[in-house]
Amino acid sequence: MTFDYYPGCTLKTKAKDLDIHARNAALALGIELEELPEWQCCGAVYPIARDEIATRLTSVRALASARDRGRELLTLCSACHHVIKRVNNDIQTDDEIRNKVNNYLAPDIEYNGETKVVHYLEMLRDTVGFDTIREKAVKPMTGKRIGAYYGCLLLRPNNVMAFDNPENPTIMEDFIRALGAEPVLYPYRNECCGGYVAMDDKNLAAQKCKNITSSALERDVDMLITACPLCMYNLDINTNTAEETKLPIYYFTELLAQVLDI
Amino acid sequence: MQRIGVFVCWCGTNIAATVDIDTVVEAMKYEPGVVHASDYQYMCSEAGQSKIKQAIKEHNLTGIVVCACSPRMHETTFRKAAKAAGLNQYMVEIANIREHCAWIHKDRKEATEKAVVLARTAVAKLNLNTPLTPGESSVVKRALVIGGGIAGIQSALDIAEAGYEVDIVEKQPTIGGKMAQLDKTFPTLDCAACILTPKMVDAASHENINLYTYSEVDSVGGFVGNFNVKIRKKARSVKADICSGCGICTEKCPSRKAENEFNLGLNKRGAIYIPFAQAIPNVPVIDRDQCIKFKTGKCGLCAKVCPADAIDFSQQDEIVEKQYGAVVLATGFNPIKLDNFDEFGYSQSKDVITSLELERIMNAAGPTGGKLLRPSDNGHPHTMVFVQCVGSRDTTGCGKTYCSKICCMYTAKHAMLIREKYPDVDVHVFYIDVRTPGKNFDEFYRRAAEDYGVNYIKGMVGKVAPTNGKLLVQGSDLIADRQLVIEADMVVLATAIEPDQTAKSLATMLTASIDTNNFFTEAHPKLRPVESPTAGVFLSGVCQGPKDIPETVAQASAAAVKVIGLLSKDKLMCNPCVANSNELLCNGCSNCQHVCPYGAIDYVEKEFRAGGKTSLRRVAQVNEAICQGCGACTVVCPSGAMDLKGFTNQQIMAEVDAICR
Amino acid sequence: MHQKTQLQAETIRLISGTNTRKCMKCGKCTASCPAFAEMDISPHKFVSMVEHGEIDKLMASKSIWKCMSCFACVERCPRGVEPASIIEAVRQTVIRKQNNNYLRPENIPELLDPKIPQQALVSAFRKYSK
Repeated sequence: MTFDYYPGCTLKTKAKDLDIHARNAALALGIELEELPEWQCCGAVYPIARDEIATRLTSVRALASARDRGRELLTLCSACHHVIKRVNNDIQTDDEIRNKVNNYLAPDIEYNGETKVVHYLEMLRDTVGFDTIREKAVKPMTGKRIGAYYGCLLLRPNNVMAFDNPENPTIMEDFIRALGAEPVLYPYRNECCGGYVAMDDKNLAAQKCKNITSSALERDVDMLITACPLCMYNLDINTNTAEETKLPIYYFTELLAQVLDI
Repeated sequence: MQRIGVFVCWCGTNIAATVDIDTVVEAMKYEPGVVHASDYQYMCSEAGQSKIKQAIKEHNLTGIVVCACSPRMHETTFRKAAKAAGLNQYMVEIANIREHCAWIHKDRKEATEKAVVLARTAVAKLNLNTPLTPGESSVVKRALVIGGGIAGIQSALDIAEAGYEVDIVEKQPTIGGKMAQLDKTFPTLDCAACILTPKMVDAASHENINLYTYSEVDSVGGFVGNFNVKIRKKARSVKADICSGCGICTEKCPSRKAENEFNLGLNKRGAIYIPFAQAIPNVPVIDRDQCIKFKTGKCGLCAKVCPADAIDFSQQDEIVEKQYGAVVLATGFNPIKLDNFDEFGYSQSKDVITSLELERIMNAAGPTGGKLLRPSDNGHPHTMVFVQCVGSRDTTGCGKTYCSKICCMYTAKHAMLIREKYPDVDVHVFYIDVRTPGKNFDEFYRRAAEDYGVNYIKGMVGKVAPTNGKLLVQGSDLIADRQLVIEADMVVLATAIEPDQTAKSLATMLTASIDTNNFFTEAHPKLRPVESPTAGVFLSGVCQGPKDIPETVAQASAAAVKVIGLLSKDKLMCNPCVANSNELLCNGCSNCQHVCPYGAIDYVEKEFRAGGKTSLRRVAQVNEAICQGCGACTVVCPSGAMDLKGFTNQQIMAEVDAICR
Repeated sequence: MHQKTQLQAETIRLISGTNTRKCMKCGKCTASCPAFAEMDISPHKFVSMVEHGEIDKLMASKSIWKCMSCFACVERCPRGVEPASIIEAVRQTVIRKQNNNYLRPENIPELLDPKIPQQALVSAFRKYSK
């Protein structure tokens, strides 16, 4: 199956590890990711304000383009997924936003929210199947205790994201099992890392990250995985500085590639 | 030609403020058939009724139209008045110019015009009315109570005491319901078992009460006075008539994997079990999904140890068919599932429990023998947090929109009992509002706070994080405007309650209506609170809406009174507005029979003579005692043979014509 | 309520798309907020202060820069009020004013470190400036 792939800015630069391993792993699993031509930055945060139109346009461009190509739009970065999925929902449910956006973009065919937005993890679960990963695992991570860090953007708000149970998700844990490792549940796996507030208030982000890693370390994890470059950054700079909170953090695609031995 | 009188009511200012009464009266004087039109301030009053009676006699009226409130309110009143003046009571029509007109319009001109239209519509119909005579049907002097909790038991006892036979159908192996699981009851703190089990015994030993436990209602036919019910007695695999209830089988059963439902899964039970020591009947039941004999064919230990030889692996479900005059629904409730509320960690820690689970832990006959122990390690808790409104008052679709009503009081009870028995335990209660309307209820709650030192925190819990063997409870204290984290040993969730799932299928079987939350709807929220809109079906307990034990018992007795009133009649007057088939037009297609929800239509072969020839034709016949007058058959009849008395096609068309005129 | 404050409150309601009257004052938002420690006005008060037209106070609040848009309050609110959307609306009202950006390009060099992802810069600018 072929997906239109939306990598997003960070995956082209600081988060290359998230991107490259995702592409390679997809190929090994028989999934073709074709990069959406001329994609533009999603803006990194969803424009919550109802009257913001311009900041929704790049998402709609990507969505309309995928619709015209007859493909589902696959995302990987949590922020891109969050923004694009929610803007798509706005188009589907808010007449005013839909009309204004179409007025601005004036596409050949009006965009009405037809495109399905799929996250890489959802693709692994629903299209590839976690059992297939288990079968194709060359170097399973047997014995490793891995904590999934979901953060906020994939899960909330659930009425739009519909990704997983927002308070007790399982998709990453199922993924970890498919890698041959043991998923470790810890209560702060869906609590915020501080996000963009790190740019303004480093202490606040540091405190949030410490809560997360100590919660995971208390459950004896060997490592954490994430799908978000900003979560990765915050967790990394805030917790790997002190010995007691030191904890390796990987993009989930890195481990996938490793297990598939790519 | 009819001689019609029209009576326009002001309803004080209810109608007169928006509708110009004089205009309506004046307009009616020129309607066909109308020989008298007048108005009065309160037509339903004694004086108003006298005016109607007088006019009927004076003007020799053949029918009357009353322009007033909804027929649900006073149709019966005016029919009685007409009857007293010598009219047939079905020669009365109501034009609803209050609810359908005055109350929903602001503009006086528009409202007046509409009132005139509604009035002339009623006149047009009345011109075609014919006197009708209601038939009679018999009443089976026996009641069925569905559900054997405190509501069902109370209704049954009261009906039985009045001298009528009652059957209780209970799907669990024992009667007792949720109350049997409780520890103490608010606000007097008497033990639930102490006040419930004597009632259970009374019910079981009453000569007029017959228990069908481990049984379900399979189907319901018939109508008020004559319900025909099939009851499925599920196979217990134990012969109830021989079993002595010694319990040896339950002790010896080698299967110990089944979750003990009575203790809400806090411990295990055998495959053959009696739910609790005071169960009625005191007869075990085999859970066939768990029983080794049923699963593998081997074992059969219970049969070997049974001194009475009562075990019967070959027992089958048995269907009992019985007739009842009345049905009481007492199907009760369950706490909701907490899948949508994982922020409270219920699925992530054993130490996060529901309030009903706490009842079992506090209960001397429960899994811990009444000792307050932390489920994860059987340790003594030092700090406990109660969270109110878990899943109640939630409009997001995750929970229930309503207030579950009982949680504030039982939480105060739990908090008080714990502080009383274990003064070293700190108890915190997060609340949104504390709702204590009830006799001695607020005093009870304040005692928990003031005398027992329960810490009530106005706020909510946002997250429970199981950490280092403790539960980190992150909540808000809105009075202090702060966020706080309490390190707790146990968290108790006051979980919303919802109607038992059987309510939905029973509602379909009985054509009793349910609301969006699956609570049974009452015939009138204030004036007929224990009757369902379906004649002969009554409501008892939480199946109608959340309520506590005192309210449940009061409502159960009220439902019983209604049942007794019904069963005390020898004959019931039937609604004469029933379907009627014109055999000459009937083409025998069976459409009507297929849509009839009451099974009131039969087809018969009948001889017809026309033009000197005799032919045999198949025609529809309506059983007037069963027909409820819904009119579905009249709509599907392709030949126009089926008609509804009092609402004939001709009458309806006359009404439409009058509106469009 | 004064005409100006009424208009301000109405604007916040429009931008946020929320109905503050739905709030039943349970405080689950404040109970859930991960940024609470740094906030001078707590999330539940945002809702009631919009209801009472106290928008000027909200615009001067430190809280609008501390909200991380994690949507915990939105997810857990039992009445669908969305405090985060209200906070966003107030933040937008502040930065949309001329020369009122909270984060300026000239502040960036001192914030930069080699690991910082583009996502952080883009999102901070979207949240803190116009």
